[in-house]
Amino acid sequence: MDPAKKRKIRLVVALSAAVLLASALVYTSFSASTEAREPSDLIASGSGDTYDLTGKVVPGTVQRSDESLRFDIADRDGSDALPVTYTGTVPDPFRDGREVIVTGKLTDGVFVAEHDSLITKCPSKFQEEAEKDPEHVIIEE
Amino acid sequence: MIALGSATLAAALLVALFAGGAAVYGALSRDRRWVDASRRAVYALAALLTTAVVLLESAFLRDDFSFEVVAEHSSTTTPTFYKLTAMWSSQEGSLLLWGWVLSLAASAVLYLTRRRHRELAPWATGVLMVVGSFFIGLMIFAAPPFQELRPAPAEGAGLTPLLRNPYMVIHPPMLYSGYVLLSIPFAFMIAALITRRVDASWIRVTRRFALAAWLFLGLGLLLGSRWSYEELGWGGYWGWDPVENAALMPWLVTTAFIHSVMVQERRGMLKVWNVSLIAMAFLLALLGTFLVRSGILQSIHAFGASTVGGPLLVLIAILAVGSAALIVSRLADLRPERRIESALSREAIFLVNNLLLVGLAAVIFWGTFFPLIAEFFTGTRSSLGGPWFDRYVTPIGVALVLFTGIGPLLAWGRLSAEAAKGLLLWPSMAAGAAAVVLAFSTDAADSPWALFLFAFAAFTLVALAQEFWRAGIARRALTGEALPAAMAGAIARNRRRYGGYIVHAGIAILLVGIAASSSFQTNRDLRLDVGESAQVGDYEVTYERLAADPQSERVAFIATLDVRRDGEQFALLAPARNYYPTQNPMAGPIGRYFEGEATSEIGLRSGASEDFWAAFQPDLSVLDDDIARGNRQLADLPPDAQGIAILALAERYAQNPPPATFRVIVNPLVMWLWIGALVSLAGALLALWPSAEARRRARAAYAARVGREVRARA
Repeated sequence: MDPAKKRKIRLVVALSAAVLLASALVYTSFSASTEAREPSDLIASGSGDTYDLTGKVVPGTVQRSDESLRFDIADRDGSDALPVTYTGTVPDPFRDGREVIVTGKLTDGVFVAEHDSLITKCPSKFQEEAEKDPEHVIIEE
Repeated sequence: MIALGSATLAAALLVALFAGGAAVYGALSRDRRWVDASRRAVYALAALLTTAVVLLESAFLRDDFSFEVVAEHSSTTTPTFYKLTAMWSSQEGSLLLWGWVLSLAASAVLYLTRRRHRELAPWATGVLMVVGSFFIGLMIFAAPPFQELRPAPAEGAGLTPLLRNPYMVIHPPMLYSGYVLLSIPFAFMIAALITRRVDASWIRVTRRFALAAWLFLGLGLLLGSRWSYEELGWGGYWGWDPVENAALMPWLVTTAFIHSVMVQERRGMLKVWNVSLIAMAFLLALLGTFLVRSGILQSIHAFGASTVGGPLLVLIAILAVGSAALIVSRLADLRPERRIESALSREAIFLVNNLLLVGLAAVIFWGTFFPLIAEFFTGTRSSLGGPWFDRYVTPIGVALVLFTGIGPLLAWGRLSAEAAKGLLLWPSMAAGAAAVVLAFSTDAADSPWALFLFAFAAFTLVALAQEFWRAGIARRALTGEALPAAMAGAIARNRRRYGGYIVHAGIAILLVGIAASSSFQTNRDLRLDVGESAQVGDYEVTYERLAADPQSERVAFIATLDVRRDGEQFALLAPARNYYPTQNPMAGPIGRYFEGEATSEIGLRSGASEDFWAAFQPDLSVLDDDIARGNRQLADLPPDAQGIAILALAERYAQNPPPATFRVIVNPLVMWLWIGALVSLAGALLALWPSAEARRRARAAYAARVGREVRARA
């Protein structure tokens, strides 16, 4: 076989392999991903699939009982809260009013979170929050 | 001072624009005076930005809260150490850091090339100054670090407790320096394409800068993952967080680049690939800065909406389109001088390792940006978790370990099957032996990928040891030295090669640490009363007691965990949780001490075979009633009296605490991750260090050139 033809075959093989791998990547990512929802979306749809629930911890709702943690998550604009039960690590910045993401399913009106799935946003953000949110105003002493 | 800072930045912008313009004009008109002027302007730019950094840092040190940045990120109670680092916890300060490091790196490369590469340097100056002007422009128009706050508050907001960590001092500047240093090879690549001087000279000029960028990015990643390992809820040393990924991608592409440029230097191949790689690496670095600063993806590093995201994206788009167009227009100049002769050659292996590294970066890129991609196609945001990344990254990582061992064995060009057999014999036997021993004597076979990785790591380490051995034997035959001295001599004569091999050995060790700790980790949540014990793997854990440590800036609760193995004490750990007061008036005078930020200090006992890691989360809800009463009754008392009340409250809690939650992790071989990383960094330093030989050669070449020029003038 002449070298030019050989190179062409090699190129075609390499390209097809790349296309195959890329399709596998695309396919698995769409099937393995979890969609993000806010409490109002979940309340409206009532769907029992697995979602990333995002929103703010409603102040005064955090309760600890034995192994698990219960709190309400509200939409970022403060409306429509949903109760959440969670077990596992609670990140340090977790507090009332903080933005969190938690993965789980809605069962009987309660969002049951997967173990260790709670993520709390990093505190570098709080500066902006303080500016927007009058509850977090920094007092000049 | 603020006016002076703003004026410095304005002057810096003018100087940067002049430097870029003069360099390009000088290159076009072939007038060296303009080029010399542009180089001196870059030095001036470095001086101006250094002044700006000094002004801002001194404002932090002096607690000058008339600077908005200082008021928002520091306070009089912030320890001095953290006042210095508060600069880069702000967006404005990080931009200044970016620009400053860029000006220093540009000055360094232009100083080194002041008498060489006269065709490339001016165009590279032009590119660097476009990037530099952009960042200085951001500091003037979008995120000014010298913004006055009027009236100046008496106290600042302080640095967030979570960032009050020694890693904060060094982790961000290392990453930023890595990002910025990538601009140097990028700029010289563009210059090479513009001037059609696409031989390996642009690579040689910037090789050290690319290596230094790789080293700094690697150090930044290492420090970041160590920090994350010591924090609770950050997902251990790696969590596939978008911002972590953003730093890993340019590092992977730079790793590929460092390898493939050797193929171009030696064999004149892969030219298009190399220019594309460095363009990708630099664009990914800018994208990393963009991701950190824009808050576009959900991340634990969420820095919130910022004003610089849009302009940064525009810069990235312009540079991406510009580089792609330039590369396409120069395709004819970039034709390879040779073809790959054999699959058993170093260039073939380098090509495979490049494909693996770039493939890895592509997978991570897709996974990181998937939320945006999914939103574009389906209208809803979806995210991919760690298991999805692991599915792709694990096999690629396992293959890469094998190639870190095979690459150094093979010669350029082609290797006879006979020679290959001889070289592969010992490493293959080591791999086989490791696989058999581990499969039968440990439960490593539970995780086939991990078992593969251990076997391949054994292959690689033996292959590299064999290379050092062969070098020593060859030199001994030549010089008659004793073997250790011969080996050291061989290494000293070719630091670039053997430094590289040490990096490879380090990476193999590091991946062993990652594979073992991620596959065989024991992870438990314990809820214990004081005096109660629990069994975790081979360890018996007892919650001995609780102590309170109230101080002015925080109240800490420290648990004592007694960890025993086979009845003998293994460690006495003291995981703690610190509560920092909040300024929020809603929390009340007593409540504000308990409802602010909280941070965990983990208890850690590291060992060569495994780490025992423990974090502590006390349950303060029993204090709620007391705090509420305190808020009502003690509101009018002076702060001193409130302080006494808080002390009493903390002491009482510590004497009779309710059950607390502990997160306990037994992490096998994780120490080898850090050891491997340090070995790699040492290897990189060895490769970077200029050898006496190289210095002598450089001096001789310079003397010869001066001689020629003097003769030419005379």
